[in-house]
Amino acid sequence: MLRKSFQKQYFIVDGDKVQPKAKKMEEIPDCCIKCPGCGETFLEEDVKKNLMVCKKCNKHMFITSEQRLEDLFDDGEYQLLFADISTKNPLDFPGYEEKVQAYQKKSGLNEAVSIARGNIDRMGALVGVMDSRFMMGSMGSVVGEKITRAAELAVVERLPLILFTASGGARMQEGIISLMQMAKTSAALGRLESEKLPFFIVLTHPTTGGVTASFAMLGDIILSEPGALIGFAGPRVIEQTIKQKLPEGFQSAEFQLEKGFVDAIVDRAEMKKTLGSLLRMHGGEPNEHIG
Amino acid sequence: MSTLDKEKHIDELEKQIASLAVFSEEQGLDLSREILKLRKKLAALRTQNLKSLEAWDKVTLARLRGRPTTLEYIDYIFDDFIELHGDRGFGDDSSIVGGVAFLNGRAVTVIGQQKGRDTQESIARNFGMTLPEGYRKALRLMKQAEKFNRPVILFVDTPGAFCGIEAEERGQGEAIARNLMEMSRLKTPIISTVLGEGGSGGALGLAVADKVFILENATYSILSPEGFATILWKDAGLAKKAAKVMKITADDLLELGVVDGIIAEPLGGAHKDRESVFKKTADLLKDTLTELSELGTEELLEARYQRFRAFGSFHEDIQHEER
Ligand SMILES: [Zn+2]
Repeated sequence: MLRKSFQKQYFIVDGDKVQPKAKKMEEIPDCCIKCPGCGETFLEEDVKKNLMVCKKCNKHMFITSEQRLEDLFDDGEYQLLFADISTKNPLDFPGYEEKVQAYQKKSGLNEAVSIARGNIDRMGALVGVMDSRFMMGSMGSVVGEKITRAAELAVVERLPLILFTASGGARMQEGIISLMQMAKTSAALGRLESEKLPFFIVLTHPTTGGVTASFAMLGDIILSEPGALIGFAGPRVIEQTIKQKLPEGFQSAEFQLEKGFVDAIVDRAEMKKTLGSLLRMHGGEPNEHIG
Repeated sequence: MSTLDKEKHIDELEKQIASLAVFSEEQGLDLSREILKLRKKLAALRTQNLKSLEAWDKVTLARLRGRPTTLEYIDYIFDDFIELHGDRGFGDDSSIVGGVAFLNGRAVTVIGQQKGRDTQESIARNFGMTLPEGYRKALRLMKQAEKFNRPVILFVDTPGAFCGIEAEERGQGEAIARNLMEMSRLKTPIISTVLGEGGSGGALGLAVADKVFILENATYSILSPEGFATILWKDAGLAKKAAKVMKITADDLLELGVVDGIIAEPLGGAHKDRESVFKKTADLLKDTLTELSELGTEELLEARYQRFRAFGSFHEDIQHEER
C-alpha cells in the first residue's frame, strides 16, 4: 500500500496551466479584482498601487517577475543578465521545445527565472526572480544554469545575491537532468558561502519540490512573503499518500516560521526596505553609479 | 510473455535440471544428454531474455524484493563495520544505516539506504524512504569522515524521500538541500553507488559524489515512472511508456554522464548471484578509491564541482549576452 501511494509522488510540475494573473469571475467587471483571500472586490488600479496586496486581508496576490524587479531596484532600473539562454531538449522529450516556445510567447519571458543586476538603496546586488507563469516556475537546465551563473558572478564581482523563489519543482520534461540542477545550483551556492558573500532568499507562493530541496533552503537568511506555500512535497501529493486531509495552514510561510525553516515573514511593501537594511548589515556600502 | 514471466520460466527450467540431476544420481541412470539439452535451452533463453530487458523490466528488477540490500553489501565488502546512529537533533532514521568500517584495510565511512529484506524489516525501515533526520544523520557522519580524513562510501536504494506530514514538519527540503551543498565541498573522496531504486531528490541527497556508479538493472530518475505518467499524461497506467522516455536505465544514465560506470549483474538480476555482484562492487570501490586518493583535495573538489556544473542542455545567443 505504501509503495502504491508513493508512486503518486511529490515533484509536481506540469506546466500545462499558466497561472492566471488574477482570477476574474464573470460577475466582476474588467476594471476590478476579487481578492482570492477574502472575496472582496477592489479596483484593479488600487490593488496594483498596493503591490497586488489586499488592503483588507493582506493577501499577497501574484505579481510578475518584471514587476518585482522594478519595485526592488532603485528607480526601477536594472540590467538583465544571461537573458538569452534557452533550453534544448536533453531527453528528446516529444513536444517539449514547442511547449517552451509557447510559454515564451505567452509570458514574454525566456524562462522561469530572470537574473538582474542593479542597486538596492544604492548598494549593488545580483537578484534572481522566478516566475510561476513559466511552466509553473519549474527548474530545468536554464533555471539551473542561470542560478549557477548568478552565484558564480556574485563571487567574481563580490556582490550579494538575492533570489526570489516560486516553483512547482522539477521540470519533468528534462528528467534526470532536471534533478542534477539541484546539485549544480547547491554546489555553486556552496562556493558563494565559502567566500562569505551574503545570500538571501525570499520565498514566494508557491515554492516546492526540487527548488525547496536545493537553493531555496540555502540562504544565509530566508525571508518569506505572508501566506506563501512552502514545502518539499506538494499538499495534494501528501494528501494522496497519507489518505488524509492536511490541517489548515499546513506548509504556509507561517507554518514554516513556526517550524524554524523561515527567518522572517515580510510584507511585500516592506521587502525593499528590509533587504536594504540586511545588505547594509552585511557590509553593503552605497555607491554612486549603477553597475 | 513479459520478460519477468520469462524469468519465471527460466527458474522452473533450472529446478527441472536440478531435480533431473538428483534423479539420475539416485537411480544410477545416465541422463546427461537430456540435461545437456535442457542446459542449452536455458542458456539460450537467458541470453535472449537479457537482450530483451526493457526499461520497465529494469524498474521491476530494481524494486524486486530479494534484491541484495545495503547491509548485505556492507557485510561482504567491508571489515569490522560499526554502525553509528542518530542525527544528534531529532532521532535515528532506520531507513539509513551508517557507520565506520575498513575497506581494504583503510578506515572509511559507509552510509546507505536500507530497504527491507522481508516485510517486517521493510516496515521498520520505511521501505527505504528517508526522513529529514536520516539525511542529517548521513551528513553528520560525512562531516565526521571529513574531520578524520576518511573517504565516504554511499549506497542509494530508495523509492524517494519520505513523503508525509512529519517529513515536512522537520524540513525535508532543507535536509536534502543542506546535504547537496555540503557534499559538493566535503574535503574527502565520495563514491556513491545506486543499488536498486534511485528515487529523485531522495537519492540525490546521498549521490553528490566524485564518482557515481549504478548496478546494471538499477534505475535513477526524477520521479517514479508512475508519478511521471500521472503528471504529464494524467494516467499512471502509462508508466511503462514513461519508463522508456525518462531515460532511467544504467545505459541511458551513462550516456547522459549522470553515472560514471555500470556494475554488471548476472543474468536475471543481482539476486541470482549475490556474491558475484558484491565482489564486482568491492573491486570497483577499491580501485576507484585508489584512483581518487591520488588527487589533492583542491583537485578533487574542483573535479566534483565541474562534474555537476556540466549538467544542462541549452543554447545561448552570445551577441545579446548582456542586455
Ligand atoms: Zn483580501
